Amino acid sequence: MSRETRTIYLERSSYRRRRARDAARLLPFLALVLFFIPALWQISSESAGISAKSALVFLFLAWIAVIVLSFFLARYLKAPVVKESDPQSETAGHD
Amino acid sequence: MINTLVVVSLAYVAALFLIAFYAERLAARGKGAWLRSPLVYTLSLSIYCTGWTFYGAVGSAARGGLEYLAIYLGPTLVLVGWWWILRKIVRIGRAQRITSIADMISSRYGKSNSIAVVVTIMAVVGVTPYIALQLQSVSLSFNTFLQFSGEEPRYLDSQSTAFWVAVGLAIFTIIFGTRNLDANERHHGVVTAIAVEAVVKLAALVTLGIYVVWVLFGGVSETMAAIDQSAINVWQFDGARWTSIMFLSAAAFIALPRMFQVMVVENEDESHLFTASWAFPIYVLLVSLFVVPIAITGLEKFPSDANPDLFVLTVPLSEGRNGLAMFAFIGGFSAATSMVIVAAIALSTMLSNHVVMPIWLAFSDNRVSVAGDVRQIVLFARRLSIGGVVTLGYFYLKISGGGAALASIGLISFAGVAQLLPAMMGGIVWRAANRFGALAGLLTGFTIWAYTLFLPSFGPDAILSSSILNEGLFGLQWLRPYALFGISGMDNLVHSLFWSISLNLLVFVVVSLLTFPNPLERLQGAQFVNVFDHTVGASTWTKGRAETEDLLIMCQRIIGPQEAQELFKQEAGRQGKIGYLPDTTPEFLQTLERELAGSVGAATSHAMIAQIVGRSSVSVDDLMRVADEAAQIMEYSSQLEAKTEEQARTARQLTEANLKLTAISEQKDAFLSKVSHELRTPMTSIRAFSEILGETEDLADDQRSKYAGIIHGETIRLTRLLDDLLDLSVLENGEVKLSYSRCNLGAIIDQAVAATNFVDSHLALRRDKPSEDIWVVTDQDRLSQVIINLITNAAKYCDNRSPLLKISVRRSDKGVQIDFVDNGSGVSRENQDVIFEKFSRATDRSSGAGLGLAICREIMSKLGGSINYVPAQGGAVFRVLVPLSQN
Amino acid sequence: MGKSVLLIEDEPNIIEAISYILSKDGWRVASHSNGATALDEISRRAPDVVILDVMLPGKTGFEVLRDLRNEDGLAHIPVLMLTARGQTKDRELAEKVGATHFMTKPFSNSEVLDKVRAMVGG
Repeated sequence: MSRETRTIYLERSSYRRRRARDAARLLPFLALVLFFIPALWQISSESAGISAKSALVFLFLAWIAVIVLSFFLARYLKAPVVKESDPQSETAGHD
Repeated sequence: MINTLVVVSLAYVAALFLIAFYAERLAARGKGAWLRSPLVYTLSLSIYCTGWTFYGAVGSAARGGLEYLAIYLGPTLVLVGWWWILRKIVRIGRAQRITSIADMISSRYGKSNSIAVVVTIMAVVGVTPYIALQLQSVSLSFNTFLQFSGEEPRYLDSQSTAFWVAVGLAIFTIIFGTRNLDANERHHGVVTAIAVEAVVKLAALVTLGIYVVWVLFGGVSETMAAIDQSAINVWQFDGARWTSIMFLSAAAFIALPRMFQVMVVENEDESHLFTASWAFPIYVLLVSLFVVPIAITGLEKFPSDANPDLFVLTVPLSEGRNGLAMFAFIGGFSAATSMVIVAAIALSTMLSNHVVMPIWLAFSDNRVSVAGDVRQIVLFARRLSIGGVVTLGYFYLKISGGGAALASIGLISFAGVAQLLPAMMGGIVWRAANRFGALAGLLTGFTIWAYTLFLPSFGPDAILSSSILNEGLFGLQWLRPYALFGISGMDNLVHSLFWSISLNLLVFVVVSLLTFPNPLERLQGAQFVNVFDHTVGASTWTKGRAETEDLLIMCQRIIGPQEAQELFKQEAGRQGKIGYLPDTTPEFLQTLERELAGSVGAATSHAMIAQIVGRSSVSVDDLMRVADEAAQIMEYSSQLEAKTEEQARTARQLTEANLKLTAISEQKDAFLSKVSHELRTPMTSIRAFSEILGETEDLADDQRSKYAGIIHGETIRLTRLLDDLLDLSVLENGEVKLSYSRCNLGAIIDQAVAATNFVDSHLALRRDKPSEDIWVVTDQDRLSQVIINLITNAAKYCDNRSPLLKISVRRSDKGVQIDFVDNGSGVSRENQDVIFEKFSRATDRSSGAGLGLAICREIMSKLGGSINYVPAQGGAVFRVLVPLSQN
Repeated sequence: MGKSVLLIEDEPNIIEAISYILSKDGWRVASHSNGATALDEISRRAPDVVILDVMLPGKTGFEVLRDLRNEDGLAHIPVLMLTARGQTKDRELAEKVGATHFMTKPFSNSEVLDKVRAMVGG
């Protein structure tokens, strides 16, 4: 039983790590889209320009969001890979 | 006030010198782990934010709204997308020991120096105006203080500020940028000083920003309201410029020589990217946070003709906050100086490695034999280049007059450097990219950039006449610099960038597809594109022996076999190995290169070693494989570098010892079962045939004699085996009695040859009898036994159609050296290690139990000499060393 | 017509001896000297008995036997294993991989005959 849970756990962890790499690859594209949203405002606005204040606030918020995502991804990817080196503690955890 | 400013600035500069000096000392002693921390790495990246961005961002915000943000969002994209590009570039940079962006691009394209020269020239042309811009920012800001204070300085006028700043920067850079000539080109002093400057410039901007928002406006919401009321409340969003600037800043962040220097060359640890990926975006976010509030304050306060580029200084000055203004000045000074220092280091590395040194080598022929000499020359070339780069920047400032033309040079410079991007990025993702494509693309992009952006930036009639500007080159309308192919109405920057980058890329791809790369390029291409495949696991050391053997062959040809073998043996011994084949560590290759340079000159020697380590004459597959190994070895040895040499040596010895132990415990078991097998096999035949002979009465006579013959043969085999085993065990247990006598070597060889049964062998023997006339004190019978064994072996195993054994004797100070050289295919590499072990016949099935060489080894060690297999000689070569006398 | 034996052994003198002993007893004896190609030879000749040496060039006798036992249509063939190393380890290994009988060199001629006869008779 405990053996079974362990393998599932391991698969999940390596699966997650891979997805984290995918996320790290996708992040710049997300950032790119966010940084170009003011362009959509420009297109939809009637006047010649857009509100500098709104754009400023929006861009900084987007920027902060990207940084926060990047921080968590970097921390996750940097952490050493969990190995099934200590089955005893693993079993103890399940008991 | 001006005097205070001068004193503060000088004190700041002195502090930087001290910090750099202290950091160098710490690093030299192997201390100061924080010097190599991810934080210092991140801060050093901040040389992206130069004096131009420090002052100019506010100016840009005052003129064009939020466009300045794109300059910081571009690098943010690069860093949060580090998994794609930066990780790969940094890995390649470390694996290939890249020293500059020119080196990176030329390495990728088959180490072509012409590409390196083109990149260097492009970088110098693109960056020199930028250096001028930094000098200008310092002198302009100094000027501003002069205007506000109304004092006349006693020693300094504004005109000479730029000059003295240039001189000071050159001195600093020469002192700390050329202290060491390491393979890795890292400068701890410089990087630490840069990190300090990064903190100072950020602190200055943030302090000013807090002052503006909370003191002048009275809070965040008031500031927001003020933005709505200001002259820049509506932002004329220009998608093309937004895109172009973001692209340019991202491209420049990767391709600017100074960025490449801090990001790749000075990188201590790839994992620093983890931290930089979020920490550097925070840094640039903070830098840009207060730009708009400062800009609208300036717009409110000053008449419309005031220079918005100097709001950072004029806002606190006009409020009477001299201390704050001075802090801002130091911040801008930091931004400007750190850029100049790193740019000068990066450019000087490129100039000296790819321009000055090759020219010097070309003119100095074969005199480049003393290594120390070359080192001095390189350092001198570096210093000269640093001085040259800074001087160039200064004169650019003088000649251009430092007007508004210079203010716009920032993005123009970015656009010039961005031309390196297709060749560089193409090189790391596309294996088919080759040097023709890269060169053609670079030249195309650079030319279009110069024609449509750089040259016109000097103004009409400065370099390009106004007739060219208005009517195009040769009067051709479609060649107008601002409207190529008749497309007009575009923003100049967007127009130039569009044409230069797209044609650069197009030419690069098309020419690459139409031409063929040379083998070295294909090899480097695979190395760069698949860098992650080669550099992860670094375990397979032993494969490197293939190279070592080739190196030995070559080395023998150049400096003579005796000397070459001695050199290799010594190195192997130093590495804690036995035999003639040391690992090809970088140090060993250097030693070898120096050694060979004494005979053939440095350039040739370098080329020859490179040819072997890169094996450019064999098939591409071979090349790839060897390169993989070389890369792994380099990676492995760079890991070792961190430890002391002693540790590395111990580690190597431990590994070898461990391998041997495992082999021995396996051998013990294997030995017994082999003895059993070797004894029982002849016994089986003997027993079976004696039973047949005894029990069968109607056996034909010829059969009877045949079977008796078999019994006889097998008995002899059995006896010989038992003799050998006994002999070996006596020798191994040290019970042997040696009877030393003074005897003639030639006579011993005669005796051995006579004892060898040559009847059923085709082996021809060649001796040089006069050279054998040497008297030695040794055990004649035992030495003869060794020689018999070696001759018999040659007769058995030499696989040439007309086998020939050459016995050559040489006298040396250590004793007599007898080489047994046959013309067969030699002993395979994996067998070379085991032939002296018991029961290790090279080919598994042949007569003899495989004890001969083991016995020879025991005898020779008892006689105080040695027997070795000498690799890389074509055929099999056994070298017996006999001491001249009993001791 | 006698039954057939395939002798897989690489020492020419031992081949000679065993061939003589068995053919004199009415067996048809063929021999083969390579471990790597032994299995092909067995399936080609489809002998009634196989005598298999352990130390063979190319592939050990144990490996050959293991492959043989996993081969449809050949798995039933009785196998007499010969070894010159005389260790109990070898005997155990031989039984494990499915040898019908096991014999240590040197052996007596009658021992070979008895074993081979027993394998087809039983």
